Amino acid sequence: MVLDTSKDLATGTPKGIWSWLTTIDHKRIGLMYAVTALVAFFIAGFEALLIRLQLASANGTLLSADAYDQLFTMHGLTMLLVVVMPVGAAFMNYFIPLHIGARDVAFPRANAFSYWLFLFATVMLLSSFVLGGAPDGGWFGYAPLSTQLEEFVRMDFYSIGAQLLGVASIMASANFIATVFTMRAPGMTLMRIPVFTWMAVVVSFLLIFSLPIFGIGLWEMFFDRNFGTHFFSGGGDPLLWQHLFWLFGHPEVYVLVLPAMGIVSEVFPVFSRKPLFGYPFVVFSGIAIGFMGFGVWAHHMYTAGLGPVAEAGFGVATMLIAVPTGVKIFNWIGTMWGGKLRFELPMLFAIGFVSLFVVGGLSGVLHSVVPSDYQQHDSYFVVAHFHYVLFGGGVFGYVAGAYYWYPKWTGRLLDKRLGLWHFWLMIIGFNMTFAPMHILGLNGMPRRTYRYPEGLGWEFWNQVATVGAFIIGISFVIFAWNLIRSRKNGRIAGDDPWDGRTLEWSIPSPPPVHNFDEIPVVSHIDEFWHRKYATDEEGRSVRMPDVTGGTISSETATGGEDGKPTVDMHMPSPSYFPLVAAFGIIVTGYGLVYLPGGWVAVGVGVLVALWGFFGWSLEPVTRNGNHD
Amino acid sequence: MSRSRRLAIFTIVILAVALSACSGSGPQTALNPEGPVARTIDNLWELVFIIAAAVFVIVEAALIYTLIRFRARKNDDTEPVQLHGNTRLEILWTIIPVVILASIGYPVIKGIFEVRAIAQGADVLQVQVTGHQWWWEFEYVDLKDDTGRTLVTANELVIPEDTEVNLTMTSADVIHSFWIPTLAGKRDVVPGRISNLTLIADNPTPPDEPHPGQCAEFCGLSHADMRFKVHVRTQADFDAWVDEQLTPAEIPTEGAAALGYETFNATCVACHHVTVAGASGPEDIGPVRTTEVDGVTFTSSLAPNLTHFGSRTTFGGGTFENNADHLAQWLANPAGIKPMRPELNDIQTGRILGMPNFNLSSDEITNLIAMLEGWE
Amino acid sequence: MTSQAAPVEAHEHHDIRPVRKAAMWVFLGSECMFFGSMIATFLLYRNETGAGPGSEIFNVGFTSASSFVLLMSSLTMVLAHNAFEKRDARGTRIWLAATALLGITFIAGQIYEFTEFVNGGLTLSTSSFSGAFYMLTGFHGGHVAIGVMLLLAMFFLSTEGRLRDDGGLNVELVGLYWHFVDIIWIVIFTVVYLLQV
Repeated sequence: MVLDTSKDLATGTPKGIWSWLTTIDHKRIGLMYAVTALVAFFIAGFEALLIRLQLASANGTLLSADAYDQLFTMHGLTMLLVVVMPVGAAFMNYFIPLHIGARDVAFPRANAFSYWLFLFATVMLLSSFVLGGAPDGGWFGYAPLSTQLEEFVRMDFYSIGAQLLGVASIMASANFIATVFTMRAPGMTLMRIPVFTWMAVVVSFLLIFSLPIFGIGLWEMFFDRNFGTHFFSGGGDPLLWQHLFWLFGHPEVYVLVLPAMGIVSEVFPVFSRKPLFGYPFVVFSGIAIGFMGFGVWAHHMYTAGLGPVAEAGFGVATMLIAVPTGVKIFNWIGTMWGGKLRFELPMLFAIGFVSLFVVGGLSGVLHSVVPSDYQQHDSYFVVAHFHYVLFGGGVFGYVAGAYYWYPKWTGRLLDKRLGLWHFWLMIIGFNMTFAPMHILGLNGMPRRTYRYPEGLGWEFWNQVATVGAFIIGISFVIFAWNLIRSRKNGRIAGDDPWDGRTLEWSIPSPPPVHNFDEIPVVSHIDEFWHRKYATDEEGRSVRMPDVTGGTISSETATGGEDGKPTVDMHMPSPSYFPLVAAFGIIVTGYGLVYLPGGWVAVGVGVLVALWGFFGWSLEPVTRNGNHD
Repeated sequence: MSRSRRLAIFTIVILAVALSACSGSGPQTALNPEGPVARTIDNLWELVFIIAAAVFVIVEAALIYTLIRFRARKNDDTEPVQLHGNTRLEILWTIIPVVILASIGYPVIKGIFEVRAIAQGADVLQVQVTGHQWWWEFEYVDLKDDTGRTLVTANELVIPEDTEVNLTMTSADVIHSFWIPTLAGKRDVVPGRISNLTLIADNPTPPDEPHPGQCAEFCGLSHADMRFKVHVRTQADFDAWVDEQLTPAEIPTEGAAALGYETFNATCVACHHVTVAGASGPEDIGPVRTTEVDGVTFTSSLAPNLTHFGSRTTFGGGTFENNADHLAQWLANPAGIKPMRPELNDIQTGRILGMPNFNLSSDEITNLIAMLEGWE
Repeated sequence: MTSQAAPVEAHEHHDIRPVRKAAMWVFLGSECMFFGSMIATFLLYRNETGAGPGSEIFNVGFTSASSFVLLMSSLTMVLAHNAFEKRDARGTRIWLAATALLGITFIAGQIYEFTEFVNGGLTLSTSSFSGAFYMLTGFHGGHVAIGVMLLLAMFFLSTEGRLRDDGGLNVELVGLYWHFVDIIWIVIFTVVYLLQV
């Protein structure tokens, strides 16, 4: 017997660097997104620590204003576009097919392309630090400041880098929508899919419709900077940029938080041993948030001069968006009510999410009080608000997902003690850092300022915030250590360590390349739970005799002598063309940043990208093949 | 200590912190309004904050209670009832928030129109504001001397107590925001557009404790150093101040100041405008530039007007105390103490990104300081 | 060099046609927002002509002619798809080529038109109006060019007998894209050239 050592014995996954570069397996792509996002988190976190050190004292001298402006711009850009969105993409990539009972996403090679474009665009953005300076106009890039200094390429890195990240996201969103709408297992109606996947669908639609608007804004900025056009100055209106930006920017914040809400909607039922309370309401409130999210963008512009009527309209709309959000929170509490709560690590972080998101949501309502916002806007009160919803909410939710799904990815559990240290340090550090910012903002401290004078009473809370930031940093070092160490040393998890409810727990950990040996036929929400448990007259669950998810047991599935699954199925083959196409686009991007000399690079890049795209579409086909 | 108790302690700590914020502290706080506009805003804030705090307490308490009551106990093997939802509850907890928000809605909308109303009438003091990178230009358009020259100053606004002041604002370059938390909310200052803000201050301020304000829209390198002060005077003191400001600056004829004036005329007047007492009346030295937006003419100088520099408590965009030490540092190397990019200046197009370093000798600096401090 | 093995269907016995059509419609949805933002920008700046020419520089007659050309290309596209459905390979190629040719004619017309405008003093940087105009029509022209490339690619696939390989969805998908680009042009032509308010 010759063992095929080019593949992992248990799962049939190929090994080696080339296999990663050419992979089109949604699980591997998800992992790559996750690792990239984690590394970027440390980079952006380090930027934040430098900012906090500068602001720990009045008239700080650690950073020059120039360095500070680059750091806070990149901290925002990186956290939003390179950490939180990709970590959502990581989970969506890995689990959408598993949740709906599919073997992969609709377009595996496009999926890979989205990842490589994302990675290269990230490298491009970060490279700006050593190529003359990183973008320094704020992540929101208000014109005409962002179009003012044509001498520097910094904001060109911004306009092209963000543009390319957007293209990657649009493609991924189309991919996910097509997947969920056409590839669900038999019996898996839309109202039976897990809430996480529902939120992924909503998020994908938000991105499809909002990113192009931002894309046009970025092109107009690029043209103003490089071709002498007048979109935002010299006859153009600076407010046009703000509208284009926030028409994207506001849906974007729901893109950031809805997947985390989806994760939390998975975790609460499992660790309460009860179904999600009000599943249809949780789903519809997510859809409502998505819709309404397109109608409130100008609440970022209350002081810009919209006029009282517009301000009143957006104020009311913004207040109302609190309603569906509240519905979700009440349903999560309702899920736990009457349940049997196990405080495993995913559950702790999910609870952290809810308790902190309530604070962030309420400070959002305070913002929606327009006259009050005339004071709060552009102050540290806003910084406090969005960190509570994005970090206290989003990041806590994604970390909950990491603890929840790490066993499925790796086959091992994360260490519990390290996890507890992580949780408590993170929640303490987080509150120490951001709670004081509410006070600082109300006491008049504006945002985006590289220093502040003595005598305004801001020193104390700034110091507290700085200490808190370092505590957050330590907590994440512990987390990273846990992630790395538990791969080899963690307790073996098995298929279903949490007694889960959804389909991903019905297959081995880690899953075989083909996910399911046999595509399940679905008849319930929480299909897997219903295969394990029946309900008695009182409505309590009763464990049924040994059932392993209605699929062929893991033994038989991977029992082939050469590691191949015994069930005959076709899986998409690897391809390097997505990598080539993405690389070509980045070369084009660099060329655009360095115009007019860069036209050569633009030409070369376009040719390489065309080679990639044509190769991709013309790859030889079998009788059942599809092009994607 | 059990997790649930720790969570309870957390909540209490957070609440304590939140409540401690109710009393604002510091001279730039928004929570101690010193005028009716800021008070309108603060009253609205208090109303909504109390409601939000109540919601916070109720929701967090429900969460904590749930965590404690329904935690899995060691020897308990029973499974919970698999409840799927309750439509009545859903309707209830959708409608109640809507009602609460609707009840806030009316005061909010009313507040918007009140605060946004543009002060009008003969008693209103009209001031035009031009934002620059990184300083503020103020022109009292109705206060003129005999030759029709208006009162122009920089970074320090002086207003009479208990008077409606209408600020008509624009920017010469990028978007800035005029924010003086003790007197009003902020308003963006946008190139090519006009925005308005009403200021009313209850009481006069001590001469060395004006209301502090600063730019609140990121505008580049020295955004943090684009500050300003508002001095409030009694009507009589304000009138006296106006008279002084409309008097042209004396041309110094002897001593260090006179030497300083020579240097000034050779170097500084490329950008700085001063109205001096010439032989036959007030004379302008330095460029006088304006910009027109929507039919309104704004003074839009290249650099702050220095006619009565000595009467200001701060300089450099309200960032440095006006004394000889700071002035010496500034004149020796302006970008050394305030981040700027004067190497990118283009006087033709009016793009000014700070004051260049003119490599002045320390004598020249001493002389200039003598001259400037003499221009009270 | 080709990839290791032929890419294969990701799921057994599934009709993949709905998947790719769904993706194309979603993509077209995003394109609506893309062009919508540019049209909004143009509407904002249609009277901001600065010191340069405004809409008086347009030659509506000429542009009407090239709009007609593009409209006809949608007809030939329909004929191409029709021929494809009827398994008429030669007909398919003729009409694909015709569509591509009409598309190229449209682009040539735009190049001519833009050259005239530049000579008449309307360049990209003349005013907010000119920037918005060129960006909108330029991006649209770029989309037409990409469409022409796709049409030609399908033409060559057809000569190799490979157009039907994947269930023959490509012709329909490219048709969708092409019609969309045409509809966008109708909106642009109306808003920019005809409605001069």
